Amino acid sequence: MIVASTGNVIVWIVWVGAGFACLASGIAVVSFSNPFYSALALIGNLGSLAVLYLLLSAEFVAAAQVLVYAGAVMVMFLFVIAYVGPRMETPWAGGPTWQSVGAVLAAGAIFVEIIVAVALKAGGRLSHSDHVNRTFGTPGWIGRLFLTDHLLAFEITSIVLLIAAVGGVILGAHTRRTA
Amino acid sequence: MLGPGIAWYLGIAAFLFATGALGVLIRRNPIIVLLSLEIMLNGGNLALIAFSRHARNGAGQIFALTVMAVAASEVCVGLGLVVAINRRRLALDVDRLSELRG
Repeated sequence: MIVASTGNVIVWIVWVGAGFACLASGIAVVSFSNPFYSALALIGNLGSLAVLYLLLSAEFVAAAQVLVYAGAVMVMFLFVIAYVGPRMETPWAGGPTWQSVGAVLAAGAIFVEIIVAVALKAGGRLSHSDHVNRTFGTPGWIGRLFLTDHLLAFEITSIVLLIAAVGGVILGAHTRRTA
Repeated sequence: MLGPGIAWYLGIAAFLFATGALGVLIRRNPIIVLLSLEIMLNGGNLALIAFSRHARNGAGQIFALTVMAVAASEVCVGLGLVVAINRRRLALDVDRLSELRG
């Protein structure tokens, strides 16, 4: 009993830390004027999200999050920002325009709408969940699901990645015809 | 399940989605618009994984991994567009890139 409650307290502490880091770095991405700092804040956001995935016993997704996002995608972002050059932009300067006021109102409306929909649909039933067995979320289990139940999604994902790679090459290729 | 319930994770997911939507609407640098899109996709991913844990069903995690692959594709094409725009000496400002306006 004491061990269980101690574990509960530890999980709560980790959750509060990761959740706060997640929200704060999300706001930082949107509000920094230098794109370089925004990209660095997004790395923090992705790392704290990986901690939340681990708390939800999604081990493989957490590892893939760190490898794919923080490892590959963010390095590509940083390269492109360094290539284009940091362009400062002050989103909150010059007083509120109708566009910024409308954007804040729309984002707040989306947030309230999601919260209300979730609370109305499944308010009390989401409060506690049962334990899962030990294999839930492990790489072997994910791989078995990918190659049995979700084989079509797996194959279509590979085609989507291939098409995106071809598109990136075509957009980035330096030809004399387009110049 | 130790710690907070699924509803708390869904709250974080909703906040992340709203923050990303705010960034997409308010920023004019296309690179930061792409970064905000990543935040929106990650909010969706967090909700998917939370529901997967709640239902004890692996389909949510498979869906989250597929969303990550789609996000990587989107970043690939989006950054290719940014590089192409920059090479043509056009302004990196989504409000001024309006040549296709009818």
